[in-house]
Amino acid sequence: MASADTAVARPPRVGFRPTLGGAGLARGAALLWISFIVLLPLAAVISRGFSDGLGHFFDAITDKEAVAAIKLTLISSAIVVAINAVMGTLIAWVLVRDEFRGKRLLNSIIDLPFALPTIVASLVLLALYGPNSPIGIHAAYTRVAVVMALLFVTLPFVIRAVQPVLMEVDREMEEAAASLGAPNHRIFRSILLPNLTPAIVAGCALAFARAIGEFGSLVLLTGNIPFKTQAASVYIFGRVQTSDYSGAAAVSVLLLAIAVGVLLAINFFALWRTRHQRA
Amino acid sequence: MPVGLIFYRTFEHGLSAPIEAITSSDGLHAFWLTIVCVGIAVPLNTIFGVITALVLVRQDFRGKSLVNAVIDVPFAISPVIIGLALFLVYAPRNSWFGGWLMDQGVQVIFSVPGMVLATIFVSLPFVVREVMPVLQEIGTDQEEAAETLGATPWQTFWRVTLPAIRWGVSYGVVLATARALGEFGAVSVVAGNISGQTQTLPLFVRSQFDNLNLAGAYAAGIVLAILAISVLFSMNLLQRRSARNAGGGDEDHELPGPGVFVPQPIEKEA
Repeated sequence: MASADTAVARPPRVGFRPTLGGAGLARGAALLWISFIVLLPLAAVISRGFSDGLGHFFDAITDKEAVAAIKLTLISSAIVVAINAVMGTLIAWVLVRDEFRGKRLLNSIIDLPFALPTIVASLVLLALYGPNSPIGIHAAYTRVAVVMALLFVTLPFVIRAVQPVLMEVDREMEEAAASLGAPNHRIFRSILLPNLTPAIVAGCALAFARAIGEFGSLVLLTGNIPFKTQAASVYIFGRVQTSDYSGAAAVSVLLLAIAVGVLLAINFFALWRTRHQRA
Repeated sequence: MPVGLIFYRTFEHGLSAPIEAITSSDGLHAFWLTIVCVGIAVPLNTIFGVITALVLVRQDFRGKSLVNAVIDVPFAISPVIIGLALFLVYAPRNSWFGGWLMDQGVQVIFSVPGMVLATIFVSLPFVVREVMPVLQEIGTDQEEAAETLGATPWQTFWRVTLPAIRWGVSYGVVLATARALGEFGAVSVVAGNISGQTQTLPLFVRSQFDNLNLAGAYAAGIVLAILAISVLFSMNLLQRRSARNAGGGDEDHELPGPGVFVPQPIEKEA
């Protein structure tokens, strides 16, 4: 690299300040903004969750209705993530490796679940699978509907995580393996999958985090029947409506812990991978 | 994939739906309020997003990786929890600051400021996350050159840095707008859903649906869907433009998909 020679003569970059009115001011503004918008409200939830003592916190999260809602959320999210891991990788594969008409269109449709407001997603899914279903599937107000709604909103995650990695994968290795007589599934397992796994895991983690917190798309579609189709976020919403803020906060803390745990896990995974590669 | 069919259904319903629902005063008010929330939240997030991205990429300080992780929080947690969180800070009673603010004559919850705060919260990560990789890629060579030639930091920012990151910023703005337009969960907790007063378009859809006014719900849904499609369209346009800018429409330079922030450790200078 040419920059290696010049780097010696260059002043250390730490003191370089390209930001508005000095580094300190910019940093202060950024930290203040994030604290005010994100950290302060989160602190309020956590403190309210424990405000009536640990005993009350455990009572709130072991409430039968709450347990049923959390269980439903976790199980459907797990199913959704598993489906996404397989289908997402497949769709990413098709989008990267195949050439066909309408590919560009398909590629932008993938982002639709992201751009479409969740309440509208709920509305159209209800039109599709509801009582007057045009295609004869009546899934609304069942647990299947929960999974379907979650599938819809989490569609882009694995695809968009895998796509760029798949683009960069060196095809020579695959071609070499093929010329040596390796069958297709073996090439996929031994060469492609190890390269794609980090991206798939990252995509799955994001999809999981999104799925356990999903609210808007479930509201109209699932009927929100307690013990049956009521997801955790809908349960929290119900608690808020009945002014049980401590109960709502307790379940929120539990969901937060799970979401943060998932995020931390992928961060460590990414960190571990970079170390692993550099070693 | 049922996506195409879904759209077909929406528009099929939409064609028969009366326009009155969206042109009613409640509908128009909801539309206007949505614009207000987006109009305040997105510019604020853009300004602070660019500053935050600059700080995270160009500065080293303790707790930097923590801040980096906090940026993703709005993305990882449930909108309902975000709403509840704002409620617990600003509600008129039983909250941290709500009572005091009420005494000052400012009502946050069940009112527009709370809805704006909720919108800011949910759309916070986008600009930061789209600008950071671009900043990392362009490096500091040009900025240093500008500084050597006597440019003030302010001039350097406007003349060198901003033009270099403009596609990243625009992409982040588009994503943030998409998220802000459609936000339902967080806003519905803090809004109280008083029709004609604290109803955004997504809340309007819900209330029309609950009132069994399906035509109205679909009509408002279509307005939102059209907004979403135009967002998609501009995303595509931006992707193509930035790809062309980065050199000959090279596929590798395409911007990442929306909301997919594969966490990457911040690059440290060797």
